Amino acid sequence: MSLLKVEHICKSFGKTGVLKDISFDLEKSGILSIIGSSGSGKTTLLRCLNFLERADKGTISVDGNKIYDGEDSSFLKPDVLRKNRLYFGMVFQSFNLFPQYTALGNVMLARQLEAKKNPAYKEKKKEILEGIEAEAVELLKQMGLSDRMNNYPHQLSGGQCQRVAIARALAMKPDILCFDEPTSALDPELTGEVLRVIRGLAEQKATMIIVTHEMAFARDVSSEVMFMDQGYVLEKGPSKELFENPKEERTKQFLARFREGG
Amino acid sequence: MDAFFEQFPVVFKSLNVGFLQTLKLFAVTLLGALPLGLLISFGTMSKNKAVRAVVKVFIWIIRGTPLMIQLLIIYYFPGLVFDNPIWGGNEGGRFAASAVAFIINYACYFSEIYRGGIQSIPVGQDEAGLVLGMSKSQIFFRVKLLQMVKRIVPPMSNEILTLVKDTSLARIIALQEVIWAGQSFMKGSQGISGAIWPLFFTGVYYLVCNGLLTLLFGRVEKKLEFFR
Repeated sequence: MSLLKVEHICKSFGKTGVLKDISFDLEKSGILSIIGSSGSGKTTLLRCLNFLERADKGTISVDGNKIYDGEDSSFLKPDVLRKNRLYFGMVFQSFNLFPQYTALGNVMLARQLEAKKNPAYKEKKKEILEGIEAEAVELLKQMGLSDRMNNYPHQLSGGQCQRVAIARALAMKPDILCFDEPTSALDPELTGEVLRVIRGLAEQKATMIIVTHEMAFARDVSSEVMFMDQGYVLEKGPSKELFENPKEERTKQFLARFREGG
Repeated sequence: MDAFFEQFPVVFKSLNVGFLQTLKLFAVTLLGALPLGLLISFGTMSKNKAVRAVVKVFIWIIRGTPLMIQLLIIYYFPGLVFDNPIWGGNEGGRFAASAVAFIINYACYFSEIYRGGIQSIPVGQDEAGLVLGMSKSQIFFRVKLLQMVKRIVPPMSNEILTLVKDTSLARIIALQEVIWAGQSFMKGSQGISGAIWPLFFTGVYYLVCNGLLTLLFGRVEKKLEFFR
């Protein structure tokens, strides 16, 4: 059974249809890259999965449990929404780190707040907080940031910021990690270090959805690639197949432009 | 000049007592208006159109009319119109009426500063908090509040320096603050009359007080430089 099942997602902003009947599945440890030109709906789709936008129609299921149905408002209750959000982690194009917390603080904050709901919090406060810190330190090490943990975001390069943001998302132990153009705000030199980290996660069998314009990266790292155009999924298939033998004319056009551009 | 040196100790004592009342009004106003302003700013940003409209009209009225008139209305209105002088005629009553007028007035000004501060924080901060499973109030208090404070220190310090001086408006309902104390030596008080210098001298109190506050705000700004 697939880990994630998205069915018939539709989303409009006013009269503009942005997502038109999007359905797809994702296996555990699968890596899905979503490509397509700007305005094709890639980012909106990702935001619907995180409930940053509410899909007008359609359902989202994780592990066979329905976590969203556009026609059932009971999924919109703040508590339900908060709980269901945690199936997904999200890494933003613009990092969105909390500027007044250190790298370590950024990774720990949400966990610390969550821990307060633990009934044993009062008795075992020290233990719990130490556990959270140890995990956060471990994550930052994994991201190659052991010497940067106590720096504030403005003291870090863009690539370092994005790696902190990835660690912050991982700290919540999401089932599926979403990336929204994770390298688009970075200059080429810094892109590599972020892509390396994502590759590392792929090797650890993380389930990921990556919206990206890095075609070479999408081809290499993903198990599947989805091409979106004007709110539709035009084509979806194993990475190699889609890049080497695109079926749709529009996909061919899109990929050709990238080849020309290098 | 001899008269000045004779008068000085008496006047100084009197002005100190007056300025203490000034400081009290200042402190109580801040204590009330800082949180009330935040509440009002939430009203102006409410999703509910009716709430937004009511709050905005309220702010328009309060910011659009002189604080002096608001003081007079709040102090005299209950007694004159409802025959119910809730404030009483003593200094305590005048202080309470002044405090209410000042808190409401300043809360409205503060609320607009808060709103500017909150709205200038990128929406990505909310979104980052949301996807990490944080609640709206956690996001506000743990993520946005300090960023807002950092942004509003300069306009806030402006407003707070003005408040120090505005407390003198309470003179209009005879609150015995420092201006009132200085003025009393013109008419005659404690054996001194016709002296105008004590009134001018009150300016020194405001100046020193605002000097200290300016230093304090400078330090706060410095303290908040650890992040951007």
